[in-house]
Amino acid sequence: MRFPATLAAPLNVIPMAAIERTTSMLFQRVTTQHPHLFARLGEHIEKRFAFMPTDIPLVFVVSPAQPSIHVARRLPVPPTADASVEGPLFMLLALLEGRCDADALFFSRDLTVNGDMEAMLAMRNALDDCDIDLPRDLSALAGPLAPIVGRVAESIRRRALTEEASRWN
Amino acid sequence: MELICPAGTPATFREAVDAGADAVYCGFRDETNARNFPGLNFSRDELREAIAYARSKGTQTFVALNTFMRAGDEEIWYRAAADAVALGADALILADFGLMAHVAEHYADQRLHVSVQASASNVDAINFLVDAFNAKRVVLPRTLTIADIARIAPKIRCEIEVFVFGGLCVMAEGRCSLSSYATGKSPNMNGVCSPASHVRYRKEADELVSELGAYTINRFAAGEAAGYPTLCKGRFDIADERGYAFEDPVSLDVMGEIDALTAAGVSALKIEGRQRGKAYVAEVVSTLKKALSAKADDRPALLAHLRGLSEGQKTTSGAYEKRWR
Repeated sequence: MRFPATLAAPLNVIPMAAIERTTSMLFQRVTTQHPHLFARLGEHIEKRFAFMPTDIPLVFVVSPAQPSIHVARRLPVPPTADASVEGPLFMLLALLEGRCDADALFFSRDLTVNGDMEAMLAMRNALDDCDIDLPRDLSALAGPLAPIVGRVAESIRRRALTEEASRWN
Repeated sequence: MELICPAGTPATFREAVDAGADAVYCGFRDETNARNFPGLNFSRDELREAIAYARSKGTQTFVALNTFMRAGDEEIWYRAAADAVALGADALILADFGLMAHVAEHYADQRLHVSVQASASNVDAINFLVDAFNAKRVVLPRTLTIADIARIAPKIRCEIEVFVFGGLCVMAEGRCSLSSYATGKSPNMNGVCSPASHVRYRKEADELVSELGAYTINRFAAGEAAGYPTLCKGRFDIADERGYAFEDPVSLDVMGEIDALTAAGVSALKIEGRQRGKAYVAEVVSTLKKALSAKADDRPALLAHLRGLSEGQKTTSGAYEKRWR
């Protein structure tokens, strides 16, 4: 399932500071909920990992050592990072939660990996072991609207994963 | 028939148990096992918790210590064996005869399985390991046909486990030096075949080029399913032709032969893939568990969609049904 183009387009005009602030808040929430998220990276903890959704005009660079996340607009030149992974946004989020098999998506050419393969493999294994559940982990940020936000997010995830599974079948 | 399932992380371990594994095999986070990949495997504390979880669900835990001990550093493997025994592993999966001797001598009650890496592929070799080290089970190398297995089974004095699904080695397990030749590291000594530290993928026009160390292993056309850059599955120019010299980038799947394997004397079916994620393990284990109890006619439909999870998006019956080029 691709991110709708009508929703991606406004990301070209929303100020980067606002996008960066929101992304950092979400990232901090996840790292707080999963304090051992990057423990499996070992010697690769100092490296930078770029996540490059192909259907939105943004790229995200994670520095696990701090930990921090940097957002930038997508340019023809890839961001400076030791390793990068490229694919549709919902696919990258599914990988973040360990709900899709990264190897299968790589074999089928849905995902592209560049740079330090060992570091990216360590990152894949670290994420896979962490039981991240984005609707559960992030919905609390919505305060009193948390139950509604959580249900909507779960519904979107279910739809995205159903489409992915149907491609496997 | 037992289903033996892989786990590279505690989360995957729990998925395998929950999906119906009869036993889960895993290893420590070091060179003592043949899947010594970055970010993978278990600390001592993680293994303790995993074994307790498995026990609570009636599932066994096998610990793979299936690399070959490096001269002068045997203590690393001895310590791993001692810890696995103390943590309550139901079986140790071993390849090195020296380590088998050590375990048989110091932990006589510990169940010992012969790893596929030991490459025990005939009656004399297997019975030697049974007599010398009290091995209770042998994981047969993927060099044998089902008819070969049927000939061996009645003459050996231990159980037989065979690989039925997952990555397919070039069938010289424990003896292959291709990765060592290209990278200096091998599954036998370092626990890594074609280590990720030596792997590069790059785009060249419309092609995806895979490299291992200084070698170009393959060029995949746009849209063509890709594979790992292992030398054994490389596409090379040979005489006037370009093609796969040893093995296509495909995965093993002989679940269609469950009845024949049972009749041949096999008592456990093994899934390869400790390096794969929990989504893969959950999907494969639950599907194969269903297939084991399904009627033969219903199995192909159950198993068909697993092909999409495989390397090269294709599967083969490998040497079980030998058709050499």
